Amino acid sequence: MPPQPQIVKIGDVGVSLRRAGKGQPLLFLHGADGYSQWLPFFDALAEQYELLVPEHPGFGASDDPPLIRSVPDMAMFYLDFLEALDLRNLHIVGHSLGGWIAAEILVRDQSRAKSLTLISAAGIRVEGVLSGDIFIWNREELLRNVFYNQAYADIALSLQPTEQQIDTMLKNRFTATKLGWQPRWFDPDLEKWLHRIKLPALVIWGKEDKVMPSAYAALWHERLPDTRGLVMIEQCGHVPQIEKLSETIGPLRDFLAEVSR
Amino acid sequence: MKMISFHLMPYRPLDFAEAAKHRSAWVVLPNSLYDPVKGAEEYASYIDFLVDGERLGFDGIAVNEHHQNAYGLMPAPNLIASALIQRTKKVKIAILGRALPLQGNPMNIAEEYAMLDNLSRGRIICGFVRGIGAEYHSTGVNPYFSHERFHEAHDLIIQAWTKPGPFPFEGRHYNIRYVNCWPRPYQSPHPPIWIPSQGSSETVVWASDPARKYPFLVTFSSTDLVVRYLNTYRDQARKYGYEPEAGQFGWACPVYVADTDERAKAEAGRAIETLFNNYLRMPMEMLIPPGYTSFNSMKSFMKMRSNVGGKLSTADELIASGTAVIGSVKTVRAKIEEVRDRTGLGILVPMFQFGVLPDDLAKRNIEMFASEIMPHLRG
Repeated sequence: MPPQPQIVKIGDVGVSLRRAGKGQPLLFLHGADGYSQWLPFFDALAEQYELLVPEHPGFGASDDPPLIRSVPDMAMFYLDFLEALDLRNLHIVGHSLGGWIAAEILVRDQSRAKSLTLISAAGIRVEGVLSGDIFIWNREELLRNVFYNQAYADIALSLQPTEQQIDTMLKNRFTATKLGWQPRWFDPDLEKWLHRIKLPALVIWGKEDKVMPSAYAALWHERLPDTRGLVMIEQCGHVPQIEKLSETIGPLRDFLAEVSR
Repeated sequence: MKMISFHLMPYRPLDFAEAAKHRSAWVVLPNSLYDPVKGAEEYASYIDFLVDGERLGFDGIAVNEHHQNAYGLMPAPNLIASALIQRTKKVKIAILGRALPLQGNPMNIAEEYAMLDNLSRGRIICGFVRGIGAEYHSTGVNPYFSHERFHEAHDLIIQAWTKPGPFPFEGRHYNIRYVNCWPRPYQSPHPPIWIPSQGSSETVVWASDPARKYPFLVTFSSTDLVVRYLNTYRDQARKYGYEPEAGQFGWACPVYVADTDERAKAEAGRAIETLFNNYLRMPMEMLIPPGYTSFNSMKSFMKMRSNVGGKLSTADELIASGTAVIGSVKTVRAKIEEVRDRTGLGILVPMFQFGVLPDDLAKRNIEMFASEIMPHLRG
C-alpha cells in the first residue's frame, strides 16, 4: 500500500510528505516532473530505511511560497526542513532536479547527512554537451526522450490525465521553469564548491539519457571528492529507477549498506 | 477614429517547403534561409510603403519588435523608426512595441525612445509589450519572471522620463544607482504609451488603471474576442470609477479591400493564410512557455488549442471570424463600423501588407482604403 501523504509545516510552508519503512532516514528528492506515483523503487528502499519522499515547494500538493525563486533558495528551504524534522545521519537520493537540490543543500551544510546518491542529476554543465530542451519538446517528445524503452512512453501516452492531474502537471511545469530555465538546469556557482561535499557519494545514470546526457555523470564523478562509484546503466534513459529498477536498486543498496556500517 | 498603418515586415522570399521541415518559422528556423540581398529589397520596399502613409492621410505609421523569425524582420524597430522620422514630417510614428522583459537593461529603451522623440520633435507613440513566448526561447529570459520584469522595467522607464535625475532605482531585476536619462523625451511628461495585447485579464486591469489609462490595442483576434476584451477594459475602467475615452480602445488587424468581396479574397486569400499558417505557426510549448501567462490563462488556452486541434486556418475562416478584414469597400467599412459600434473603438491599426502579399497589391489596398474608407471612419 502506498503511504498517504501528510502535510508537514516548515515555518508557514506546507509540504506534502510521504513516509514509509523503518531504519536510517533516507530522503528522496524528485525531479522536475514532480512526484507522480509511488514506485516499486520506493518500496525497495523502504524495506531497509525510513524513506521520506516530499514534494518540493511549488510542486504537487505542496505550497508554492514566493520566497523560493531558485534552486539555491530551495536548498535553504530544505535545510529548514531537515532541522524541523530533526533528521540525522541522513542518506539523500536526488533524481534530476532533485539531484541538483541535493548538491546545493550539501555544499551549504552536510552536518545532518551521511551519504549522497545522484541519479541523472542536473545542476552542473558540461560545456558543449547540451541537456535536452524539455521546454520546447511537446509531451510526446518529452516522454519519448525520457525513456529508452519506448514501451514506457507508449503507456504514459495512452493514459488520459484527469483534470486534477493536468493541474498538477501545469503547476510542476511552472515551478520547473522558474528553477531551471535560465541558465538551463545548472547553477554556474555550484561546480566550484563540490569539493565541499565530503560525504560518500554514488552516481547512477542511464547511458542513453537524452535529458541529461551521460557525459554529465562523468563530471559529477570527477568533481565529488568521495565517490564510491559511477553506475552507468545500458539501454536506459533519464529515469533508471523506473526503467531499470534492479540495475538501479542493486548498486544503490550495496552503497548504502557500505556507508551505513 | 485615429488610423495607423502598421507593418510587420515579413520575409516574403521564404522557401516554404524548406521552412515546413522545422518546428516553426520562429526560434529554430535556420537563418541560412535568409538571403540578405532579397532581405535588403524587402526593407527598402517596406519602408517606402510606411512612408507613403503620410501622403495618404494616416495619423500614424507603425512598426514592432520581433526576434529570430521570418514573421517580422524588426528585432530593432527603433532603427526603422529612425529611418521613418527622416523621411516624414507630420505623421506619428508608433513603435508597437518594445518587449520590455527581454532587455537586460530597460534604460536602453528609455534612452532610445527619448532620442526618437527628440529626433521627431514629439511624434513618437510608445508601445510596451512582453514579447511572445517564442522570444523567451530565443533570448533565454525566464518566462516565469516575465510579468515581474515587465512591471519593473515599465516603472524604471517612466521614472527615468519623469523624475529629475540622477536618482537610484532599486528593483529586483534592475538595480541602477544613477538613473539619469539624457536626452529627456520631447513630449511632456513623456510620449503616449499604448499596450498591444492578446487580451489577458491581468493586462486589462493594469492598463486601465486610473494612474495609467493606457490605450489598449487588441491584436489579431476574432471580432468576438476584440469586442469582449475591449468591453472588459471599459468595465474595468468603470469599476475604477471613470469613463474611458474612445482613444483608449484600439484594434490591430490585417485589412484588404478590393472592388468586390470575391476579388479581395482571391487576391489576399493565400497571403492571409501564409501569415497565420506559415509565419505564425508554432507549437504551444513555444507560444506560451510556463509563467508567460497566468496558470488559469494557460489552462484555458490549452483547452482552446486542443479543441482546435492545431489545424490550419483557411482564409474563409479568418474572414468569417473577423480576424482578417477582407472584402469590398462596403464589407470592410461595415466590419470596422460594427466593431466600432460594439466597442467604442477610437484607434484602428490596419496592416495592409501581410504574409506573402506582393507590393503592388499592398499598395492598391492601402490607397483604396485611404480614399474609400478612411473618410467615412473620420466622419
